[in-house]
Amino acid sequence: MLLQLFWTYLKVGTFTLGGGYAMLPLIQREVVDYRKWIDETEFLNMIALAQSAPGLIAVNSAIFIGYQVGARHQSSTRGGVLSRIYPYLAVCSAVMGAVLPSFVIILAIAMVFANYNHLPAVEAVMKGVRPAVVALIAAPLLRMTLKANNPKPFREGGLPLLSWALLSALLIWLAHVSPVYIILATIVLALVCTWLGEHRRMQHNKAAK
Amino acid sequence: MLYLQLFISFFKIGLFGFGGGLAILSLIQHEVLTYGWMTEKEFVDIVAISQVTPGPIGINCATYVGYTATQSVWGSVLATGAMILPGLLIMLAVCKVYQVLSTRFADNVYFQNTLRYLRFAVLGLIAAAALLLITPATFIDHYSTILFAAVFVLTILPQLVRSKQPAVQRTVNILSYPILLIVLAGVAGYIIYS
Repeated sequence: MLLQLFWTYLKVGTFTLGGGYAMLPLIQREVVDYRKWIDETEFLNMIALAQSAPGLIAVNSAIFIGYQVGARHQSSTRGGVLSRIYPYLAVCSAVMGAVLPSFVIILAIAMVFANYNHLPAVEAVMKGVRPAVVALIAAPLLRMTLKANNPKPFREGGLPLLSWALLSALLIWLAHVSPVYIILATIVLALVCTWLGEHRRMQHNKAAK
Repeated sequence: MLYLQLFISFFKIGLFGFGGGLAILSLIQHEVLTYGWMTEKEFVDIVAISQVTPGPIGINCATYVGYTATQSVWGSVLATGAMILPGLLIMLAVCKVYQVLSTRFADNVYFQNTLRYLRFAVLGLIAAAALLLITPATFIDHYSTILFAAVFVLTILPQLVRSKQPAVQRTVNILSYPILLIVLAGVAGYIIYS
């Protein structure tokens, strides 16, 4: 079982280019359709959780699947030390599988690239690639903006939040504020605004009565 | 000392890295440039390499930065491990109380609103990451601007073009593929600059 988890996530980690979201269909095929570790509904719940928690979606999903599979296996055995730590072993094998391919490939590149990046040909290629990378970071913003206010439609509170996003961008860009503070401030802002909204709604309800 | 700093930085990145790879880039960029572990140019190169190699972009960056900062494999192990650790702890806690959480928290208005607000903040983070990379080191001449514009337009083209002909739609989709665009930009760079 541990090997199966490791192998499954090794495949997922090796054959997906371009990060977390590209991995989801492949993860679904492997763990839902092929291994039948979880069903469709659980898979959707898992994605929601993996996206809500900090960290990388692919790794978070490996943790979730590893734990579920491990815990189920544990309850079908009789106990003992190995059985008690089994869910954690399962999580480790899934995470190792997900991380190992990128880790090995990137490490090899890091070791080699440092020796060759001063070659004129390599530098010429990278000169072309660099502005392209900036475009690839900026371009998804359009689609993400349209989806950011889900499940509400964009016009319900989308505009003030978009200006908050704009302010955050300016603070990080020009004032070099750490993104960590932006995230913290956003969480506080969300809690305060929600509290105020709820408070107002309750008063409104009282007045209506 | 360097290893301790590397651990703290990547633990922070893992802890506050909401919203997937591109948002995490902004956090990595801030830490890496603050501590001078690499230059802006090197950072862009890593992002390019991360885009064309398999695996999550965050892991790729952590591994690369860890190695470059320490010139040792252990730096990579430490940075990658430190980045995964917060998510691991949180996800394990979530898994333990999964049944309770999925029924009660999913509809909680505070929880839902926080996630919605964070999705907007992440837009700001990504925009800032892109803006910070528009420097003389990355945009060296007019060709750079042209390449930037071309890649930008090709990436968003599938959302703009809704063709009824499957062949056209397929071509547009293929042309928006990040790996292909990076390879093409590399070829263009080689032709222009060498």
